[in-house]
Amino acid sequence: MFCDRCGLPAAEGDHTACAAARELEPPRFCPHCRRRMKVQVVPTGWTAACVEHGTTQG
Amino acid sequence: MPDILDRARTRVLDAGAGLTESEILEVLQSPDHDLPALLQLAHDVRMKWCGPEVEVEGIISLKTGGCPEDCHFCSQSGLFSSPVRAVWLDIPSLVEAAKQTAATGATEFCIVAAVRGPDKRLMDQMRAGVKAIKEAVDIQVAASLGMLSQEQVDELAEMGVHRYNHNLETCRSYFPNVVTTHSWEERWSTLKMVRESGMEVCCGGILGLGETVEQRAEFAAQLAELDPHEVPLNFLNPRPGTPLGDRPVVEGKDALRAIAAFRLAMPRTILRYAGGREITLGDLGTRDGLLGGINAVIVGNYLTTLGRPATADLELLQDLKMPVKSLSATF
Repeated sequence: MFCDRCGLPAAEGDHTACAAARELEPPRFCPHCRRRMKVQVVPTGWTAACVEHGTTQG
Repeated sequence: MPDILDRARTRVLDAGAGLTESEILEVLQSPDHDLPALLQLAHDVRMKWCGPEVEVEGIISLKTGGCPEDCHFCSQSGLFSSPVRAVWLDIPSLVEAAKQTAATGATEFCIVAAVRGPDKRLMDQMRAGVKAIKEAVDIQVAASLGMLSQEQVDELAEMGVHRYNHNLETCRSYFPNVVTTHSWEERWSTLKMVRESGMEVCCGGILGLGETVEQRAEFAAQLAELDPHEVPLNFLNPRPGTPLGDRPVVEGKDALRAIAAFRLAMPRTILRYAGGREITLGDLGTRDGLLGGINAVIVGNYLTTLGRPATADLELLQDLKMPVKSLSATF
């Protein structure tokens, strides 16, 4: 699994700052394959699409 | 009361004229213990020359990422190793976003594209999008599409775009440190064409790019010379992968001083909270700014980052007894 903010392995290193930043950011990397996702932010939410693992939203 | 605040009270509050560049610098250099009096004066100026209403706006990215320009703060430049990928929004999603924005009570919906300037594809998308929004939603449409030709200015005005945003971003003397792919003067040229077209001019920038306090004063004075209808005030939110990704955020008291200084430079403008306020000021600072010269907000999310929930800002405005500007008041 990968950090969805920085794309590095989630189990390696400290991702506390990434988690804090994600409060005000959508994900950028697919947590399954670390591909950069296509992200659309709208006033009330966001969608993030990985070509392999589909779309998530928040 | 310090001398500069006495002068500002006479000139700005009483007479409605803005401070000069040297006076703005004095405000920006005023000590922390004068900050409450400064914010109160800026609030008094806003209330006298603008009134208690707050203009609420939502923004949407029609075309995200892949921009050929190198604005050093921007995660949407294709020249940096930012994780932001290029993506286009379809028209039904654009209309839905406008509906959601209008449901908050917002009167403004600004369509933004990360481009140097619009090409035919983007202008066609704008024409279809503005038409679809106007048929479905009661909201004013603004646009921010980079640098324009005279033909494009005329076309946007004819579509019914009532306000055009094009930020100068920073003062003229510091701009080459922030952008090298185009000039401050090119941006100024677009703004002059927009003004002459009859569209309202929206022009602001970002604080915390590494400019000095003198350059912050220079920027406020240059904006005052332009005399825009609206000034969106952003605070740098350092984005990973950009040249300014490691810069510190603006200190809260400096941000509040800047808000007051920009209000005292431009007593009648719509001074809008834009990006970065959440990390620079937090909830308490957001309130202080609304009581220190701000009279407009972007609600909800930004273009590539997230904001406070719109409900949180609307509750704050209610708490402060600041009515949301109605659509009928914008004509």
